[in-house]
This record gives sequence, C-alpha cells and structure tokens, in this order.
Amino acid sequence: MSEILTAPSPTITAPLTWSEGNLIETSRCPSGDLEKRWTRHKDNLRLVAPHNKRKLDIIVVGAGLAGASAAASLGELGYRVKVFVYHNSPRRAHSIAAQGGINAAKNYRNDGDSIWRLFYDTIKGGDFRARESNVYRLAEVSVKIIDHCVAQGIPFAREYGGYLDTRSFGGAQLMRTFYARGQTGQQLLLGAYNALQRQVAAGTVQVFYNYEVLDIVVEEGRAKGIIVRNLITGEIQRVAAHATVLATGGYGNAYFLSTNARLSNATATWRAHRRGAYFANPSFVQIHPTCIPQSGDYQSKLTLMSESLRNDGRVWVPRTPGDKRRPQGIPESERWYYLEEWYPSFGNLVPRDIASRAAKRVCDMGYGVGPTGRAVYLDFSDAIQRLGREVIYQRYGNLFEMYEEITGESPWETPMRIYPAVHYTMGGLWVDYNLMTNIEGLYAVGEANFSDHGANRLGASALMQGLADGYFILPYTIGDYLATQLFVKPSTDTTAFAQAEKETQQRIEKLLQTKGTRTVDELHRELGKILWDHCGLARNAKDLAEAYNAIKLLKERFWREVAVPGTGSEFNQNLEKALRVADFLELGELMIIDAYHREESCGCHLREEYQTEEGEALRDDKKFAYVAAWQWNGENQSPTLHQEPLQFEFVKPTVRSYK
Amino acid sequence: MHFTLRVWRQKNAQDTGHFEIYDIDGVSPDASFLEMLDVLNEKLIKQGREPVAFDHDCREGICGSCGMFINGRAHGPLRNITTCRLYMRHFRDGETITIEPFRAKSFPVIKDLVVDRSALDKIVQAGGYISVNTGSSPDANSIPVPKPAADLAFTYAACIGCGACVAACKNASAMLFTAAKVAHFAMLPQGQPERRQRVKRMVAQMDKEGFGHCTNTGACAVECPAKIPLTAIAQLQRDFIWANLSPDPHAASSS
Repeated sequence: MSEILTAPSPTITAPLTWSEGNLIETSRCPSGDLEKRWTRHKDNLRLVAPHNKRKLDIIVVGAGLAGASAAASLGELGYRVKVFVYHNSPRRAHSIAAQGGINAAKNYRNDGDSIWRLFYDTIKGGDFRARESNVYRLAEVSVKIIDHCVAQGIPFAREYGGYLDTRSFGGAQLMRTFYARGQTGQQLLLGAYNALQRQVAAGTVQVFYNYEVLDIVVEEGRAKGIIVRNLITGEIQRVAAHATVLATGGYGNAYFLSTNARLSNATATWRAHRRGAYFANPSFVQIHPTCIPQSGDYQSKLTLMSESLRNDGRVWVPRTPGDKRRPQGIPESERWYYLEEWYPSFGNLVPRDIASRAAKRVCDMGYGVGPTGRAVYLDFSDAIQRLGREVIYQRYGNLFEMYEEITGESPWETPMRIYPAVHYTMGGLWVDYNLMTNIEGLYAVGEANFSDHGANRLGASALMQGLADGYFILPYTIGDYLATQLFVKPSTDTTAFAQAEKETQQRIEKLLQTKGTRTVDELHRELGKILWDHCGLARNAKDLAEAYNAIKLLKERFWREVAVPGTGSEFNQNLEKALRVADFLELGELMIIDAYHREESCGCHLREEYQTEEGEALRDDKKFAYVAAWQWNGENQSPTLHQEPLQFEFVKPTVRSYK
Repeated sequence: MHFTLRVWRQKNAQDTGHFEIYDIDGVSPDASFLEMLDVLNEKLIKQGREPVAFDHDCREGICGSCGMFINGRAHGPLRNITTCRLYMRHFRDGETITIEPFRAKSFPVIKDLVVDRSALDKIVQAGGYISVNTGSSPDANSIPVPKPAADLAFTYAACIGCGACVAACKNASAMLFTAAKVAHFAMLPQGQPERRQRVKRMVAQMDKEGFGHCTNTGACAVECPAKIPLTAIAQLQRDFIWANLSPDPHAASSS
C-alpha cells in the first residue's frame, strides 16, 4: 500500500455506503422499429417559430467539438447564444488534440459497412452498457457529419481519384474511419470554430473568453443560468438564459496524469451534480493502451500515440522476462506478439480496454520492458519493410516525430515503448434521449454526458459523438423544451442566483484564506495516485474501500493544507486550479463508490473478483444491465443510486469476444 | 541541470513590468520547458510568492495556447516548435534564459507571460469560413478534390493559431496566420464561391487590428510550429490582387 493510505486520522474513516433510489423510467427513448425511432421522435418534437427563436437565450459552456458545433448550429437557427470558455480563444479546447479519426457508416469502401454494423460494433464495444436507441441514432447521423465537414472545407485525406480515404480502427473489421493525417480532431474543431465565428460575425452568437463557470443556478427543478468568474479581473457574474448546455468535456484529469489537456476539468458538471443533476457511471474511465510511459516526477501529462498506429504497428514483449537486450537484437522467435496470439481475429486492433488490460497483464507477469518494466513495444519494422518508409511517413510522420522529440528515440530505428494512460471518460452527466439532464432546461453534450459509449468507447467515436450531439441532435431536441419557455423572462435577480453567487464567493475566500504549505499540484498528484492505483486498470472491493477512506482524508487535508497565493480579484491561475481540484476530490469519491457498487466486470471496469480464467471481463447482466445514475445528497452524505434499466431488444448481449 | 531565469513579471495590463531573476536547480534534461516553469512555480508558491502566469493547455503542440519569447525567439531556440514541445536538453547547463511574453501592439499583456491574442479570432470572423448551414450539405463524395490540392489545403489548415508568426515578425504582421486560412480555402472547390470577399475582408480586418505589414522577411515561417510555408503568403498576395483588380462577375448582386 502506498504511504498516502497509511496517513493516520481515524476520526473520519467512514464506511462506503449509498442508498437505493427509484428506477429511472423516463429516458424519453422512443419505442418501435430501431431504424425509425429518431425520425419519428424528431417529427413529434415541439417546434419554435423563427420569430420566437430570436427571443430565446441559450448558454453554451465550452467550445470543443460538441459545444462549438452546438453553438454554431443554434446560432444558425436564430437563437441568441452566449458561449463561455475558460480559454483565451474558442479554438483551444482539447478536442483539438484528437489524432486518429472519425467513424462514419458511409460504406465508401464497399466492405459491407452499414448503420447497423456501426451501431452493433459500438454497442458491443461498450460491452452492452449503453442504450440501443441512442447508439443507433449516433450511427445514423454519422454519415451526415462527414457530409457537413467536407462542405465546411475540412481537408480530409483523399485517394488519388479525389475521393475520401478511410482506415481501420480498434474494435472494427471494416475501414470506416475518416481522417486528416494525425490531426483529425484539430481539423474538425477548426471547422466548428469557423462556423462559430461566422455566427459571431452574424450577431447570433457571443463568445465570452476567459470565463470559468463555477456554479449552475437551478430554481424549482429548472436550469436558470450560471455563475461565472472572469478569469482576468476575478469578478463573479450572473448569467441567466432560457436553457443551459454543458459541453465541458470529461474528467480524466482527476487522475492528475492523463492524456487530457492540463486545464480540462469537471467543475461545471460536478457543480450541476451538486445542484441535482444525476452523474452516471462515473467509474467508466477509458485507459488508452498506446501512450508514452511516464519518465519522471516532474511530468505534467502523458502523451497519446494514436490508436491508428496499431493498424501497422505490432505489439510485443520479449519471451524471456527481464530480457535487457536491445529490441532490435531480439530474434523473431524470442518475441511474444501476445495480442496476435490471444486475439487472432482482431490482432493488434482489439478495442482499447482489451489492449490496455493485456499490456498490464504482461507487465504484471514480469515481461515489461524499459527502465521501469511498465512498457511494451510497438514495432513498425515489418510495416516499414512491407510498405516502405514513404508510406509510413505519410501515415504517421508527425507521430513518429512527436515520439522522438519526447523520448529522444527514433521509431524508425527502434520500437516505440508504450503503456496505458487515462484518456477519456465514458461516464458523465445522465441525460435522456433529448440530451437533457434530469434538471429541466439543462443539457449535456459530448464527453460531458454519459450517453453513447457504455463501458468502453471505440476509437474514432468521440469525435463522431461530439459532432452528432452538437450539429444534429441538440438543435432539434432543445426546441422541444424551449417551446414551453416562450413566456419566461430570464432574470438574475432571484434568491437562487444570489445564493449561488454567495456560495461561490465563500468557496474562493476559503481557499485563499487557508494559507497552507502544500501546493495544489502536490495534493492533486496524491489524488491521482489513489485513483490510478485503485480505480484504474483493475479494481477490487478491498482496495476501493481503502481508497474511499484515503480520498476522504485527502479532501480534509486539502482544505487545511492548500496554499493559494494572490487574491481573488485578479488573474490567478493557481486559484483556478485549486477550485478544479477541490471538485475532483469530491468526484473521485463518487468514482470509487460507483466502481465498488458494480460487482461485475464490463468494458473498462475490471473487478478482479469477476473475471474469467483468461482475465477477461465477466459481466453480470442479470444484476447490472443498468446505468448507475447517482444523486448528490449533500456534503458528507452518502449518495443515492437510481438505476436506469437497459433493454436489449435488437442485439443480444453476449460474451464480448475478439478472439 | 541548473539555470538562471530572467522572467518578465507584469502584474496586469496597466503595470509597466520588469524582469526578475530566479535560480533553478535539479532540472531534468527530459523535462519540457513548461514543466521546468511548473517546478519554478511550485518553488515560488512554497515561498509564499506569486507564481509566474503563463498560458498552456494541451502540452503536445496542438492547442496553440502556449507561447513565449525565449532568448529572443518565439517559442525558443529551435525552429518550428511550440514552447511545450521544447525540452531542457536543448539548453546548456548553467545557461541564463530570458523569458518574455510575445510582444506586439495587437497582443496586449494580461499578466506576466500571458497575452491577449483575440485579434486573431477577429480576423477569422471577417471571413475565415465557408458559409454552409448545418443540414444543407450534399454527399461528401459528390465533389472530388484532387489529392495534391487536398494535401496542400491540409498543410495550410494545420495552423494552430499560437501567434508566433506575429511575435517573430519585426513588423508584428499577422500575414502568415491570415494567409494560411485564405490559402487553405483557396485550394478547395468548396472555398471558391466566397474566395474574393474572403481575402479582401480578412486583410482589411488584419489591418484594422493593428498588425503590421508583411515585408517578406520569412521570420514567421522559421518559427511557425505548424510549418505553414511562405507559399501561403504568395497565394494570399495573388488572391488579393486578383480580387481587387479583376472584374467580379457577381459584383452586381453583392454590394
């Protein structure tokens, strides 16, 4: 056990408990034929006439793929949109770092792809823990995303005939992934950003730079607006609107080290949770198999090497544990291509959860390579020989350069060393089929919601979901709510706003007055270590219970020991960070509870007590085929679990095999 | 490794600002430049002093947030790289490193090394887009685009909007930034309908934001982390002349 867990403070050790709430029966999912559900649902949504759209205010928080595409589309429709970003420009959100590609069921390859197959792969990839209705809709609108992005001028990779090129990604036996070199996320985000800027010029959208949302204002079960802090002046402001959309991304940074951008945080979604929004499946965290291993304590983030590399790279370790020879010197017969051996049908392209766990397993068995023994090789020598340097350069040139820059080793000469790292969160705010949380008028889109990926997300599906939500789903569904709000006049002059503002001020004051001796980063690293060790690649009841107490202790210490220099009425990056970490601490606790309560293994969630002899996930569909939606009950109160049962009418949950 | 840092400290936009000297020891050669600043800040916080404010986010060279002037060069001593992808092994042990914000009239300092680059967004608002509404697009493969054109469009579209081109330019011109967007759309069939007005409006906005003129020194392309080539500027110049001098067949319908 790490030293963190032995810190003595028995006074606050509390048992890990929760209460059972009601079943969720109102997810607004339509019934009937799967293929007709979305169309029929759209036809039944209430509409808002153009002259009324001009009278309705919508707040969008965040301008990544989901936020920017939603804000631009809502602006095009004529709504009055206010976008808030903590960055100095809406083009900086972390969607920009997505490398590999975006899935779409276009079947341009004539390889038998279809909406059904993309739907099926996604449901299976998520280990049967997502809604059929949502996932089918996602596959259905995927084709329109590519059309729209091409029309925006996004320079996708093309073949010599001038038509779009595609490649394979994990968890699929088809080539349905569209890409723009290793910078697909950047190109798609800039497309959405350009569309957003067009609406700014048209006057329908206002973008507020350097504003962080610190609370959500709820009155009588309805979202009324937000409390923001101007990061330059420190001023706390109230903003009211008819509806609020959270597009604030995931919470992978709870682990401190992740592939996320350093500023990515959970504050908006967590604050919404504290105001009543259910948080669904918080322990479903994707750990990406191909990242550059950690090299030192100073390290601030982990760098992803795109999954697309597994198209041509082969994963192996030496057959002899502790083999210290240079990898090039190890003959073919002494290399263990464990993915190809264990999963012959998918080989190196098994889904991320499977590949990550396999890497952990071989390292645990002592086969790991590199100075720490926590790495495996990703080798391109075969592909370079087969296809030539030029082709490999075209496909992965920028990734090879990035790898060499960081590690000082060239993948042209020696295999990459890779190890899994926290990458994406499937969990998030619970939303219904309309992407609305259980708070009326509060929506969550993109990674911020939980909706489409179940217990594991397939590669190249995050971009698809973010843009599906923003371009093609929310613009329809939000009207259904707004049509009922035509006669409401948003006002910030209410007790709920006053209360939220006061609580925000108090939180900031408390942090500034603590004047402790530990930096925010030091405390955040401790949280990250607890979560990574006990709520990461593998989990078990005993460790989770200990981790729960460890986080409680850490939280208490945080509010005693944290050092935040400066004042609240100025640009203060350390204060921003402290506010985010305070929320990660509370969220971390809920992640542990969720992981503890789910006594099965599924997708990313491997409970050591529930696995097959070969170390594969053992699902328990009888007891756990549901979405776990957690309700906040107050500080130091245990949360309430609401189950949303998952019904599988069209696919039969099976043992997920990639052998 | 050990370094002496001369860091620009400026409380806010009104403050005149000054250099402060810090000594830093035990830096790993494999630490990135920003991680070295993290270590410095941890030390300052422990001493109860204010950490150095700097912009950063993705730390893998794509978000365009980070940007500082290091030893007199935008993003430091290496060519074509962001500050976050600069590693301490690229410096000499014991070296004195001078760190300043990007300096340009159009980039006012917010605090220490943080500057306001929203003027770049205003250039995009002036026409850096294709006017297509969500829902109205034809099938993606209905218009083939020759691969060389698509590849070149990508090369120009790779701009990360960090502003190093402006900081590196003795005229503080945003020409490479503006040209990258103009040239990206000029390569594609989808960009043609608005091509004339796009270049005219974006150039006018660039001037309005107070950026200087381009005198073709090429300093921008040396520092550009996205390796936007100078041919972008040539493309913009050609389009600008063409848009202004040749008769616009649609002039009657657009005022």
